[in-house]
Amino acid sequence: MTSITPPPQVRPNRGYGRWTPFWFLAPAVFTLFIIGIYPTIFALVTSFRRYNIARPRDGFPFVGLENYTSVLTDGTFWASLFLTGQFYVTVLPIEIALGLVIALLLHKPGMGFLKSLARVTLVVPLATTYAVVGLIGRLIFNRDFGVANWFLDLFGIGALDWLGSQTGAFAAIVIMDIWQWTPFCALIFLAGLSMVPGEIEEAARLETSSKWAMLKHVQLPYLMPGLTALLILRSADVLKLFDMVFVMTRGGPGSATDLVSVYIQRVGFRVFDLGTASAQAILLLIITILISRLYIRVLYKEVN
Amino acid sequence: MRFSSGKILHAIGLTAVILFTLFPFYWMVSASFKTQADILASPPVWVFAPTLDHYREIFADSKVLGAVGNSLIIATATTALAVLLGAPAAFALARYEFRGKSDLWFWFISNRMTSPIVLALPVYILALQLKMLDTHLVLILIYLTFNLPIVVWICTDQFKSIPPDLEQAARLDGADQFTIFRKIYLPLGAPGIAVSAIFSFIFSWNELLYALVLTRRDVQTAPVVATSFMSGYELPWGKIMATGTVIVLPVTIFALIVSRHMVRGLTMGATK
Repeated sequence: MTSITPPPQVRPNRGYGRWTPFWFLAPAVFTLFIIGIYPTIFALVTSFRRYNIARPRDGFPFVGLENYTSVLTDGTFWASLFLTGQFYVTVLPIEIALGLVIALLLHKPGMGFLKSLARVTLVVPLATTYAVVGLIGRLIFNRDFGVANWFLDLFGIGALDWLGSQTGAFAAIVIMDIWQWTPFCALIFLAGLSMVPGEIEEAARLETSSKWAMLKHVQLPYLMPGLTALLILRSADVLKLFDMVFVMTRGGPGSATDLVSVYIQRVGFRVFDLGTASAQAILLLIITILISRLYIRVLYKEVN
Repeated sequence: MRFSSGKILHAIGLTAVILFTLFPFYWMVSASFKTQADILASPPVWVFAPTLDHYREIFADSKVLGAVGNSLIIATATTALAVLLGAPAAFALARYEFRGKSDLWFWFISNRMTSPIVLALPVYILALQLKMLDTHLVLILIYLTFNLPIVVWICTDQFKSIPPDLEQAARLDGADQFTIFRKIYLPLGAPGIAVSAIFSFIFSWNELLYALVLTRRDVQTAPVVATSFMSGYELPWGKIMATGTVIVLPVTIFALIVSRHMVRGLTMGATK
């Protein structure tokens, strides 16, 4: 754990004692330890046991690495991880492209009122309760009266059984995710665009009328940190994604939308095989820790 | 001519953005004012005679009211605790140098990234053993795993922006560190604390997985109850959408208040 002691070359007159930081940090660290670390250790221990609470008579014996070997050789676990990856590579390019277009629209001078209105509305999807996004998805993508089919009809495409078919259900959760998270990308890119110094942008506008050249040579460098943050954060978010998918499809039909968090939840709380689910959760945690490490390495240079 | 056509395209683009972001939200709200027949109509009805029946129904439904009350209690309590524990920690991170600071920071960030399912499994077992399932307390505590990092991050950022001269002057007057924290940092950092509290409230209010797993009958939160209406053959769509609207409206208002800080809150400040 973190040792909270001052560095050896203590300057004499800092105005606080060696234990002062400790007293300010202790309550938060202690609490997070109880609610975060202790359960994680408990999950780690559980992952080495046979722990099915639907069959308490079996007891909860230690079985060594049995859960891990069964998880790692279990096709459905890999399939759910693969599907999560597939979801990530489907939604992210679209969210980034749309987000960039929106950010450029909002960055462009003029249209003051419409622009501020659009900016404010971007917050709405982000704040919408994820479970409610799922409920809205159920309404919009309903086979019989959903408005999605009405839109398809406008383009002369026949009605789809969205949530009842494998590709339809996957497309539906993709669309709802794009709706909810594109504004996030847009806001991050907008923040990047506003970092471009005004003079540079003006000078570049005189040099070239090509928007593409402008984007590539002038604005892109300022967008890169945001883009990196997005790539990493969204990967963690997709691994976490549960609420919206659970409400919309419960992972189905079949396993068409069985993203990894949804899958583990089912193993743990439908099948009640908590040993196996814990092993899966620990593997998921390891992936997440790697992602967090990457995030910090890349984006918090000043901290390290 | 080119200038004005560019302007028109710009206006169309912005309008498209507004329609895109508001449509699903609008569709939910409008469904909550439609009769069941209007909701089930195909093709969809765009113009309809609004009805307040669904709202009357949910405001008479003790299950919905109780769930909203539970959500309110839990989100408020966890937010208060997060600020109480997080603000002093943020003060230490903003003002002191000590070994292990970056480890601590890493730990806070990875808490933000971890899937709730990782903790939901062990916490379920522990709560079962401690007879804490279906209590407000278990959710209040478990929500701290994501609220505390948010509060610590935003407050650290805010406290760092307070000029150190103020502290120097106070120290010359003989103020100890706790007094400096209470008399200088808390009041001057209040805007940041408020923003972090709002975020913490939004995230707790919106949470589903822990609430689904750790509650049964007594402490179901609003998202859990809204989701639970989604079963049976003929779904009460109007009631579901009215409940959805009631859940989303307060957090949307909060989110609009902190909209300028949305990116900071969601990225833990990696981009400014």
